[in-house]
Amino acid sequence: MQELLSIKYDVESGDFIRGGEASSSIKKLLQQLGIKADIIKRICVACYEAEMNIVIHSLGGYIEAKIFNNKIEIVAKDKGPGIENIDLAMKEGYSTAPEYAREMGFGGGMGLPNMKKSCDEFYIESKIGEYTEVRMVVYF
Amino acid sequence: MKVKDIMNSLNLKILAGENGLDKDARGVYCCDLLSWVMSHAKSQNVWITVQIHTNIVAIASLLELSCIIIPESIEVEENTLEKANEENIPILQSDLTSYQLCVKLNQLGIDE
Ligand SMILES: Nc1ncnc2c1ncn2[C@@H]1O[C@H](COP(=O)(O)OP(=O)(O)O)[C@@H](O)[C@H]1O
Ligand SMILES: [Mg+2]
Repeated sequence: MQELLSIKYDVESGDFIRGGEASSSIKKLLQQLGIKADIIKRICVACYEAEMNIVIHSLGGYIEAKIFNNKIEIVAKDKGPGIENIDLAMKEGYSTAPEYAREMGFGGGMGLPNMKKSCDEFYIESKIGEYTEVRMVVYF
Repeated sequence: MKVKDIMNSLNLKILAGENGLDKDARGVYCCDLLSWVMSHAKSQNVWITVQIHTNIVAIASLLELSCIIIPESIEVEENTLEKANEENIPILQSDLTSYQLCVKLNQLGIDE
């Protein structure tokens, strides 16, 4: 399978102002490539949730999108506390988001489940005190 | 119905995103929990929320919502307004509550 292009965005911890820009750039790129709107929407939902998790829960990281002719692969990787119990974190409603983030409407505990639902393939890997890495694939 | 028709009918005050007033609006989504909005709101929806930080513009833009209505005369952060101008997302303010806004939107003939 041929990789058409690959693009990487840094995502900073605590940056709620720029948080969402990586997802927005990826969306624009997919629109230029003529990908169907409903597929783009699924990718946006997943990518935004992954991006905001880096902003809220980590010390910073990146989002990398690799576009092939039949699919997009998104990697969201950060340095940070990691996730102790991934099964628990994947449960709808489970959240350790701080109070200030909840007041902003984040911390619903729906991010990881929504990512999984929106993608055709979803993988998550984490090491306590080191990193969290989410990898998602959506077919066009 | 266009966003500007809703603005005029409901007497809403435009705070930003004037260039988006000609967008078509279809349906209403009323929720302040962002992940919930992200996964349930539909494109062209009118979004009613009490959230006022810049990320609401990112969400509205990603989902292609038609506009954001802020109830109860809540003041919106300046950088949110700037971003809304960049993204052409109308931010409209009302002194009504979310519920009252929903009732009025329904009376205007906007379905769910
Ligand atoms: N990148 C991350 N780094 C550390 N912890 C994370 C990360 N992403 C998710 N988590 C953990 O998983 C929980 C659930 O994540 P999510 O479903 O996105 O809900 P929310 O972000 O609303 O808390 C978070 O509250 C947090 O404890
Ligand atoms: Mg989350």
